[in-house]
Amino acid sequence: MNLAELWFVLFVVIIAGYLILDGFDLGVGALHLPLARTDEERRLMLGSIGPIWDGNEVWLVLGGGVLFAVFPLAYASLFSGFYLAFMLALVVLILRAVAIEFRSKEPSPRWRTGWDITFWVASAGLAILLGVAFGNILAGVPLDADGNISVSLIDLLSPFALLIGLTTLAMFALHGGFYLLMKLHGPILDRLERWMIRMGVAFWVLQTLVIVVLVTGDYQITERYVDEIWPVIFPAAALGAFVLAWYLLRAGRHFAAFTASAAMIGLLLISAAIGMYPNLLISTTDASYNLTVTNAASADNTLTVALIVALIGMPFVLLYTAGVYYIFRGRTELEPEGY
Amino acid sequence: MDPELLSRIQFALTASYHFIYPPLSMGLGLMLVAMGLVYMRTKDPKWRQLSFFWVKIYGIVFAMGVATGIVQEFEFGMNWADYSRFVGNVFGSLLAAEGVFAFFLEGGFLGLMLFGGNRLGPRLWLFSIFMVVFGAHFSALWIIMANSWMQTPAGYTIAQTPAPARAVMTDFWDVVFTPSFIPRLMHVWVAAWTAGSALMLSVSAWYLLRKKKLELAKSNLKLALPFFLIFTVWNLVLAGPSMAIEVTNNQPLKLASMEGLWQSTSCAPLYLVGWVDETAQTTTGISIPCLLSLLAYQNVDATVAGIDSFAPDPTPPINLVFQVYHLMFGLAPVLAGIAVLAAVWYLWKRRLYRSRFVLWLLVLSVFAAEIAITAGWWTAEIGRQPWVVYDVLKTADGVSPTLSGTDVAISLGGFIGLYSVLFLLFIYLMNRRIQAGPEPLEAVETVAVSDLPDTLRDIFRKRPHGSGPPPAEGPTGPDSADPTENTGGDS
Repeated sequence: MNLAELWFVLFVVIIAGYLILDGFDLGVGALHLPLARTDEERRLMLGSIGPIWDGNEVWLVLGGGVLFAVFPLAYASLFSGFYLAFMLALVVLILRAVAIEFRSKEPSPRWRTGWDITFWVASAGLAILLGVAFGNILAGVPLDADGNISVSLIDLLSPFALLIGLTTLAMFALHGGFYLLMKLHGPILDRLERWMIRMGVAFWVLQTLVIVVLVTGDYQITERYVDEIWPVIFPAAALGAFVLAWYLLRAGRHFAAFTASAAMIGLLLISAAIGMYPNLLISTTDASYNLTVTNAASADNTLTVALIVALIGMPFVLLYTAGVYYIFRGRTELEPEGY
Repeated sequence: MDPELLSRIQFALTASYHFIYPPLSMGLGLMLVAMGLVYMRTKDPKWRQLSFFWVKIYGIVFAMGVATGIVQEFEFGMNWADYSRFVGNVFGSLLAAEGVFAFFLEGGFLGLMLFGGNRLGPRLWLFSIFMVVFGAHFSALWIIMANSWMQTPAGYTIAQTPAPARAVMTDFWDVVFTPSFIPRLMHVWVAAWTAGSALMLSVSAWYLLRKKKLELAKSNLKLALPFFLIFTVWNLVLAGPSMAIEVTNNQPLKLASMEGLWQSTSCAPLYLVGWVDETAQTTTGISIPCLLSLLAYQNVDATVAGIDSFAPDPTPPINLVFQVYHLMFGLAPVLAGIAVLAAVWYLWKRRLYRSRFVLWLLVLSVFAAEIAITAGWWTAEIGRQPWVVYDVLKTADGVSPTLSGTDVAISLGGFIGLYSVLFLLFIYLMNRRIQAGPEPLEAVETVAVSDLPDTLRDIFRKRPHGSGPPPAEGPTGPDSADPTENTGGDS
């Protein structure tokens, strides 16, 4: 394995970290309006992610930075090609951050309702946007010989991309639900249990549809699965994790169920990454224009520096992330200084 | 509409707007650390009360900084794709390092900082605050490093194949320690500390003017004033002048543009105010003879290279650079003057507390500091034009080739609308918090200080507040460990 290939693996790990961690707080956001009825319940839901959402979002910033450093050509093509979609993502990221922090700073019900709606729209919107971007990457983009993508916002909203967008929303909402089962208390939990079933079914149906579309359609990312068969163990393991999460939920083992849900998200991402490899961006114009792990990577010395940075930094990151989660463990309570 | 021009405007707007907040995160954070140390030493509850108040302010500032910061990282790829392709090897790795080292530190400890008052004992809370503040400074370090590489690129070579051409790192340490890095870092840090201590002074002075929270305001003012004095004087006599030397050595054309010096001159003057006529190539205004030579070369007779000596090199918009530079340059002695005046008025039988004029100057000082910081950045960035990487890559060649004017017009309009609304909300919330002032400790403390875990060992032995089955008990909290164990000093 050369450095660029190693970085592909590490990049997938970072994105998995982002989807698993920010995934549940985006899911909490997507459940914010449907699930919580009173001001107190909404504050509890915000309080459950309050101390950690920012740390979770850093994984996205890290993913962006790492892509810039190790695969700059893919970073430049993707971000400029999906210009307006990324602009939308930035708007919802900003609104979401501000909504969480500003919502409970004023007692006025109108103020709070306004931010609650903002938070809900921004969270669900970001989940869908991430899915849409991901769907387009899976389906391939019109890369030209110079590595530029000329595509309008409407073109990005293909039925396949929208399907992935909705699937991502359902997946995050379900994942957020598993998280909230550990964090909430009171009558809201009964409602959450009912929502878990709805979200579980929705995700199941959507994910099945995604697989049907991928298998029956003409998608380059399924080629490796047809040619080599063995990678099928990853989507199969994701299915296993989903079933396991459901079983653990029924057994009332919420932390284990959440872990299984996290594993499922990771395995789904790995399944997609195996289909993409060695491509970072697949060209629908001409396969020779594909941006790959080899032709989009930085020089070896940059990859080495980045690796050293990661090796020094990531143990600390994992250490204090774990520490923060430990300190804020247990069910969330309302606090005067809180959300 | 020209996507390049619109992208320039958008980047300038979003970066300037973002950088309103990080100086406060650093400066106010440093003051909070100082306050925490004073509390640890004196155990006077007023410092704890003030800490609760300022941490709340910090939360608002930090939320704005985080929300607007992510835009910057995305914009390199979105609007400046060819720039990103060219510099990814060098510049990208510094941004990635910022993510790994700094953002996680801030993001991880921020929750503990904002909610630590009722979760952690004073020592661990202070540690969390320190880590957030450390992270903020670390973040600035990587960004200034990356920006300094754009100003004075080093440690790289240009690889033409495979296309597109790109800068490839040859020596990591040369990339890190480019000639301008250290002076620029110090200048930015000290400016940020100035802004943070000014915010504290400004709010304290406001309370004194309004005759509110008098005792707390006096204590707070007394804490912040020495810092403000040190930082303003530091920038005026050390950090600022060392920047002048750095620019003289590394970007002499920028120096000539900053002073509107058209011809090479010995005993070159330094303007206090002036106007540059770029067509007639003249500069008029009030100047101090020989001061530029002195600042640049520590020698009044030294010859400073004029703009003409760099022909036919392209120049930045000279009057604009001149004006923003002089705005910053003019505010530096004003800030230091306010600091000295306030200090003298304080020492002279505490006249400061009664002098409405000096108190008003202190109220305004934070705005002056923020304006000076923005003007300084504009000097650095506009003074580098038309280059994005100095003498290597033109800004015009860095723009994304796929962008249409409509795309950027839409995003620019979106940013202007969103940022305007956010700014109004920010001012509104800050104003509400500040007018309300620090709340009594009884209102903000839900757990007695002595019941909070204050060592790592406590954290693992005590159940955190709120982890018990609902409803939570009162201030003592459910606790399996012996609560008396913690009240004494521990090692």
